[in-house]
Amino acid sequence: MRIDLEPRLNRSLALDLGAPIVALAGAILIGGIVIWLLGKSPALAFQVYFINPLLEGWSLQELAVKACPLVLIAVGLSFCYRANLWNIGAEGQFILGGVLGGWLGILTHDEAYQGVIGGWWILPTMLALGVIGGAIYALIPALLRVWLGASEILTSLMLVYVAELGLDWLVRGPFKDPDGFNFPQSVVFDDIARLPFLAEGERLHAGVLLALIVALIGAFVLARTLFGFEVRLAGEAPRAARFAGFDDRKLTLMVFAISGGLAGLAGIVEVAGQIGQLTPKISPGYGFTAIIVAFLGRLSPIGILVAALVLALTYIGGEAAQVELSLNSDMTRAFQGVLLMCVLIADTATRYRVRLNFGAAR
Amino acid sequence: MKKTSFKLALISAVAFAAATSAFAAEKLKVGFVYVGPVGDFGYSYQHDQGRIAMQKALGDKVETTFLENVPENDSDRSIEQLARSGHKLIFTTSFGYMEPTLRVAKKFPGVKFEHATGYKRAENVSTYTAKFHEGRYVIGQIAGKMTKTNTIGYVASFPIPEVVAGINAFMLGAQSVNPNVKVKIVWANTWFDPGKEADAAKALLAQGADIISQHTDSAAPLQEAEKAGKLGFGQASDQFRFAPKAQMSAIVDDWSSYYIERTKAVLNGTWKSKDTFGGMDADMVHMAPFTNMPDDVKKMAEETFAAIKAKKLNPFKCPVLDQDGKAVECKDGKALTDKQITSMNWYVKGVDDKLPK
Amino acid sequence: MTSEIFQLVLMTVVTAATPLILAAIGELVTERAGVLNLGVEGMMIMGAALAFAGAYLTGSTTLGAICGMLAGVAMAALFGLLTIGFAINQVAAGLALTIFGTGLSGLLGAGFVGLKRDRPGHVHIPGLSDLPYVGQLFFGEDIFVYIAFGLVAGAAWFLSRSRTGLALRATGDNHQSAHALGLPVRRTRFLAALFGGACAGLAGAYLTLAYTPFWSPGMTAGRGWIALALVVFASWKPWRVVLGALLFGGATMLQLHAQAASIGLPGQLLSAVPYLATIVALVLLSSGARKNATAPAALGQAFIAPR
Repeated sequence: MRIDLEPRLNRSLALDLGAPIVALAGAILIGGIVIWLLGKSPALAFQVYFINPLLEGWSLQELAVKACPLVLIAVGLSFCYRANLWNIGAEGQFILGGVLGGWLGILTHDEAYQGVIGGWWILPTMLALGVIGGAIYALIPALLRVWLGASEILTSLMLVYVAELGLDWLVRGPFKDPDGFNFPQSVVFDDIARLPFLAEGERLHAGVLLALIVALIGAFVLARTLFGFEVRLAGEAPRAARFAGFDDRKLTLMVFAISGGLAGLAGIVEVAGQIGQLTPKISPGYGFTAIIVAFLGRLSPIGILVAALVLALTYIGGEAAQVELSLNSDMTRAFQGVLLMCVLIADTATRYRVRLNFGAAR
Repeated sequence: MKKTSFKLALISAVAFAAATSAFAAEKLKVGFVYVGPVGDFGYSYQHDQGRIAMQKALGDKVETTFLENVPENDSDRSIEQLARSGHKLIFTTSFGYMEPTLRVAKKFPGVKFEHATGYKRAENVSTYTAKFHEGRYVIGQIAGKMTKTNTIGYVASFPIPEVVAGINAFMLGAQSVNPNVKVKIVWANTWFDPGKEADAAKALLAQGADIISQHTDSAAPLQEAEKAGKLGFGQASDQFRFAPKAQMSAIVDDWSSYYIERTKAVLNGTWKSKDTFGGMDADMVHMAPFTNMPDDVKKMAEETFAAIKAKKLNPFKCPVLDQDGKAVECKDGKALTDKQITSMNWYVKGVDDKLPK
Repeated sequence: MTSEIFQLVLMTVVTAATPLILAAIGELVTERAGVLNLGVEGMMIMGAALAFAGAYLTGSTTLGAICGMLAGVAMAALFGLLTIGFAINQVAAGLALTIFGTGLSGLLGAGFVGLKRDRPGHVHIPGLSDLPYVGQLFFGEDIFVYIAFGLVAGAAWFLSRSRTGLALRATGDNHQSAHALGLPVRRTRFLAALFGGACAGLAGAYLTLAYTPFWSPGMTAGRGWIALALVVFASWKPWRVVLGALLFGGATMLQLHAQAASIGLPGQLLSAVPYLATIVALVLLSSGARKNATAPAALGQAFIAPR
């Protein structure tokens, strides 16, 4: 059997919107059969996994909170990947952003720093430090590539592990809460060093708004500015880009700085938002998950917004399924994988006419 | 919670399921949050054994649920999920859940929370942990007796107080029977990575250790000891099956009595927030059978175990000397206080390692 | 250092490097054909789970290893279907494959948690294995180690000397001209991906059958990612994979030995050494060489047959 693909000449909106829905249906069918085989109700599983999280205020907030770091990182990555540069170390840049911004949060826990001019400057400075931390850390692989030709894929990945160990050392050493019984974590930041929340006790924080703005700006820059054109041209037709006189070294540094800066912003948003302190681990793999989000969103910031929400739903739904149906976490993770694959196949169907050719040899 | 008509329609579409959950509402729902997979055969596994024992003991009065592999920094949502779905008692079983547990507890004053290994409490948040160091004193004694090279290898995870106190108790136990003993420590910087834990044990064995003790979760270091024809101890659960020729004993975490007691307290309406630091006397720490050792060592280990259980022996009885040989302040008069133990960040005399400050 | 300790240390380095070599050499061949499979971790963990299950049920290490390889092949076939059949972006499909494999291995392996098998014996050649310094190191390892080195030698020969290897490289460097020359681009890529899957599965099998002979969810602990990095480190040359894996394994073991010998540096710093060492080595290797001159030019690009 052979699968033949034929590029579609004109893509239709109906197909673009319809294909992911068909994919979803396919994944649900596969998951439903497995759940039925396990002797549980597929209808209930569907409701718990996909519907309930969309019906209640708190879970909608959770959805936005979970999607927020994914959007921030993935929008940055889309610049890199569009330019055909492979930053896969966003996880490390996320950590550096959280650490550098969080450092100010720890310092200002001592009220002496808030006294004279008030604390209004603290949070914006933390966010700025987060961006700077992430951008600088991303510039290491970029510079190694530009100067020495070292592959950015390897160096950016290796630097993730270095960042993880560095954070671990900091929260057990210099950043440790002096009154924390020697446990590995920093002080809890003062409210002035935390992102504002929707309301006391609610989970929605201002970082979500920030992510929304970043996605919109990202979409505008990519589609409507000269710089966006340069990025796209460098990725799609590198020779043409050189002819046009674009400097690919400068571009490499720029897109790495952007993606690192946004990953760092995501880090400090997470730290100053829902975590509120530095702990040995501040990311459950957002930097890697965001790579999937970037591709699911077809490397377009608006698509990324949607993809991040879908992925967030699979996490929240997965946990709900563990609670309500006692499905274990491996089951929900395997389903997440199936769902992703189905959506990716659907993506192909929007771009190509797929023909199954039985009997053909290759 | 206000329900929309859309949701009602959906619920009626799955009437069967709704009926079962209405039936279940009669029982007390108890939730557990684990940091690892229940199949780690170490820390999370033992908590789950406690849950199963509690479910068995209390039968149809309770219904239990667990969430596994919950990342500590992203656990608010998971804990809230349990609180919202009608769980009235929730055990969060890892240190990193401390702040999230407190935050969720604030929102759900009617739900009781139990946080393991932390130190911050609230009206509806208790804390609990076990005196694992008591077990480490016993295995330290065994190691001190059994070593021929006077060098013992110790695979450690992260320098948190529990681990440091464990190293100290182990050292004091070993020194109590063998003044010349040396303990070599390797920080694996992981709780669970069988390959790396095995590598750490290999390094220790190559440098002359003939007994391997560990404070990481997999059975890999113990198996390395067996492969090299040396001896070792299990961690968190009885790992005899992994190394029948090498395991001399194991410190077994036993949460079942605590989980039964606290769940009963909720059922009776007598639950109050408190801090529990239970050891062998409270049945929270057990020792796996003493094997692969001569009878006199076995007898000594059994006697030490009995003495600690009867509270006749305290591993941290004063005077305790620190690395410089200075006596540590004895706040309790006779032994170090619980607080000194749960915040330990210094080594006793004879430990050849430096703690990150 | 006595000859015995010297050998022990070197042997631990070789065994720590073996799963990395196995997984990396498979991925290297896959990538030379132009397919970037980031799902190595997922294929490896599936191999680990099913190898243990197979070996436990049949009582045979060999059958277990075969089960592990088949699990890797099945995962790679799924990946091939997605990326070569449906022309899906390889980076995204690889990450999805890892998520899927992690979950599925936990499900399939659930019944085998807490069980134990004996390790396979080490090879012992009378005379040679007893040589001082190098006897145990070269002639006393377990069988997987020799398979790993055999695979590297085979891959090196295949890629540089055989006709099929040449065709495979042509496919990876320029799929359009390879197609124009009449080479079966998609079939070549699919088979290369399957080979990568078999190797990753075998690497997983090594972990559960020989390295730490039990199964536990998540036990590959990121080794698949390191293997991916090693392929780049090796600039797609087979023997450099061995060099990189030994360097990485060596740095890991040396930091553990340094701790056991009480050097007194923070453990986190020492743990970071292998990663930093790899970066430094890569920088040294690539400075001077022309930028990315060695990467297969069509790596990661989907091939759509023109008509």
